[in-house]
Amino acid sequence: MKNFWKSGDPFVWLTGGAIALSLIMILGLLGLIVVNGLRQFWPPQIVELHLQNGETVLGEIWEREEILALDGQGSGHRIRLKIGNRDLYPLDFRWIDESEIVAKRYPENVLVLERLEWGNFYGRFNTLKQGNTILANSLGTGQEALADALAEMALLRTRIRELEKDEIGSINYDLEKLRLEARKLLLTSDTTSVAVQRSLTEKRKKMTVLQRQYLEKEKALSALYTKSREMVLTATSADGREKAIKIFDIVRLTTPNALDVVARSRVFLSRVAEFVSAEPRESNTEGGVFPAIFGTVILVLIMSVAVAPLGVLAAVYLHEYAKQGLVVSAIRIAVNNLAGVPSIVYGVFGLGFFVYAIGGTLDQLFYAEALPTPTLGTGGILWASLTLALLTVPVVIVATEEGLAAVPREIREGSLALAATQFETLWRVVIPSALPGILTGLILAIARAAGEVAPLMITGVVKLAPSMPFDGRFPFLHLERKFMHLGVHIYDVGFQSPNVEAAIPMVYSTTLLLILIVILLNVVAISVRNRLRKKLAYSVF
Amino acid sequence: MTNVKQPIWETKEMINGMAKEQSIAGKKRPGLSAQGVSTLAQANAEQPALKTENWFFSYGQDWAIKDITLEVPTKQVTAFIGPSGCGKSTLLRCFNRLNDLIAGARFQGQIYAEGTNIYDRDLDVTDLRKRIGMVFQKSNPFPKSIYENVAYGPRISGIKKSGDLDEIVERSLRQAALWDEVKDRLDSTALGLSGGQQQRLCIARTIAVEPQVVLMDEPCSALDPIASAKIEELILELKKDYTIVIVTHNMQQAARVSDLTAYLWLGQLIEFNKTGLIFTNPKEKLTEDYISGRFG
Repeated sequence: MKNFWKSGDPFVWLTGGAIALSLIMILGLLGLIVVNGLRQFWPPQIVELHLQNGETVLGEIWEREEILALDGQGSGHRIRLKIGNRDLYPLDFRWIDESEIVAKRYPENVLVLERLEWGNFYGRFNTLKQGNTILANSLGTGQEALADALAEMALLRTRIRELEKDEIGSINYDLEKLRLEARKLLLTSDTTSVAVQRSLTEKRKKMTVLQRQYLEKEKALSALYTKSREMVLTATSADGREKAIKIFDIVRLTTPNALDVVARSRVFLSRVAEFVSAEPRESNTEGGVFPAIFGTVILVLIMSVAVAPLGVLAAVYLHEYAKQGLVVSAIRIAVNNLAGVPSIVYGVFGLGFFVYAIGGTLDQLFYAEALPTPTLGTGGILWASLTLALLTVPVVIVATEEGLAAVPREIREGSLALAATQFETLWRVVIPSALPGILTGLILAIARAAGEVAPLMITGVVKLAPSMPFDGRFPFLHLERKFMHLGVHIYDVGFQSPNVEAAIPMVYSTTLLLILIVILLNVVAISVRNRLRKKLAYSVF
Repeated sequence: MTNVKQPIWETKEMINGMAKEQSIAGKKRPGLSAQGVSTLAQANAEQPALKTENWFFSYGQDWAIKDITLEVPTKQVTAFIGPSGCGKSTLLRCFNRLNDLIAGARFQGQIYAEGTNIYDRDLDVTDLRKRIGMVFQKSNPFPKSIYENVAYGPRISGIKKSGDLDEIVERSLRQAALWDEVKDRLDSTALGLSGGQQQRLCIARTIAVEPQVVLMDEPCSALDPIASAKIEELILELKKDYTIVIVTHNMQQAARVSDLTAYLWLGQLIEFNKTGLIFTNPKEKLTEDYISGRFG
């Protein structure tokens, strides 16, 4: 027995057990997220249930659970069915006791319509009409006409979007700019002077021209909307109610029960593509998350650009120039402790310092004409990035200092002995050798920043941003704009949306995406570091 | 580049009044004044390459070097031998003022390089180090290409034209007997070379700056006998152009390569003479004990 303990075997088992437990938990978490995150894109079988009371329901089976019978004797099962058709029924979901089911079928002619509004519609084809003309009476004969109509309306949607966002959007942008310029003139210059008057008149003239253009565009837009109402699909729900649905509102039409595996995969891929490239709809519970992906990536990039030089310079001073003593030790301890401050505290600081103090001051100095509407004095991607930079700067400082300390003394002396000054040694030999360490710090900072949510919620992230922080209008990068973020999106969709239950798959998918983006950002940074490390063979990181 | 971060010079009379003691602390030294600037360029070639006078040096507490006076002649190999901790490396590092970096270091006495006091407060340290190069115990190539390692010193000195640099790199590598081995891979990393090649690269890097003196701090201690033999051959070759001061643990090596040998013991210079005499007919008992292997 004594030998058993002495041999160290129990300790091997204990340590091995600890790593196994950690692995199981992490892999379990990842597995849960991957399975649930991807499942929602796979087109499900639509089941038609005939119930004892004569009702017929159509829907997707979401889960099945064991329940006790009402009399307490024995047990049965019940299933949760997503019945959709939010415009007809009060709820998306319905629990059905299996004992009530008389018959269960998977009819091939069931349509699933993913719509711009009201969520999914489950039902059967009735008629396809253009105005008052009937184009098709059954799914069999109407397939071609239906496909054409869907394609045409998809084009129309793109056209309307272009018109609204780009053309009308840029007219509005220019109008607002002119209005602010005119206001600035009125506020800052002598309005009686001839030059100012002339300039004002000119601006007004330009504004009139733009307003005329705006009205034209609006007319074109309303013509397009009229066209969008032309094609209508009448469908019958499971309980026999007829519903007229504009083809324009249908994002995707599938007959899942009739599809083979290849066709299903195609639908799966198209839904994944929509998720990563489209904008959200139905208060974020459906559609894509592209603006959130974009916001997250831009946020992390701006954060990295801000934190890298700040952290590295601070660390170089601390390690290379500062006289090591009590003060430097105190600073070092303070920096280490900063890494442990709750992130919401940074958020509050960012709001008070960056947004209100700095942003507010800049507004008064440079954007006085827009007041009381704040330009920089409100949350925005710049302030959120700087708040995160502040949050992650201790990580970069600590890692950089370790990197500098790991550069062997012989290398420094070798450089000094070749008549290099301390600065030349630092710049040409020490910092290049410490680069892997510096990058390690940046990787840790990116990982932490990409997963941070709390400070962002009060420094510039919104539920739904009207425009992205980067677009085709000068100066392209709009640092004052509010933005969307995947982490906040998860919280918002999962806990703040009006239809939380229907949004659960969205939460999983968004989480999966966020994890993938964090991994991607890290892989890029790590591969850069490994390349450097190969060049600097003695480096220990 | 001339105004390096440099130690401060504070002089105070020593209590025993024997000499001036100067401490190396961390304040800014006064800027270079036009008068009294001594540069090595004006130095007299008639003078010995290096000369110490009553040299004391300390890292903070006790003197690590005690009252050493010696002269290193030009274009000869001078070896410092002695047991571990005897101060031979410390003395070597005093010649290019690499010990300046250590906080709390202090010294007294004088060291002259060709007649110029190298601890003069107005002396430009980078200028000194250009003229007195150093090869270290552990080969320390920079994590750069072979070419960049050799071109490092010349670049620091302000040579920018690639043609000039190419020429210097080739000449230095040839002098260090490394050219034939690396001429086809000048752009690959220096860390891929073997230990002996790395050490020869460090020698090439040092002589690329065209110093007058090359200090070598146990250059072979981390090498196998074959690589050591190559370095020794190289030292004999370099002697034609450079003054060489070498610290070594290996007495056979000292006997093979050096013209003069100094035996140090506990920071003191016990004996300094022609190498042949030291090894065949030492005057001091301490020297005899050491070279005959009775201790050390």
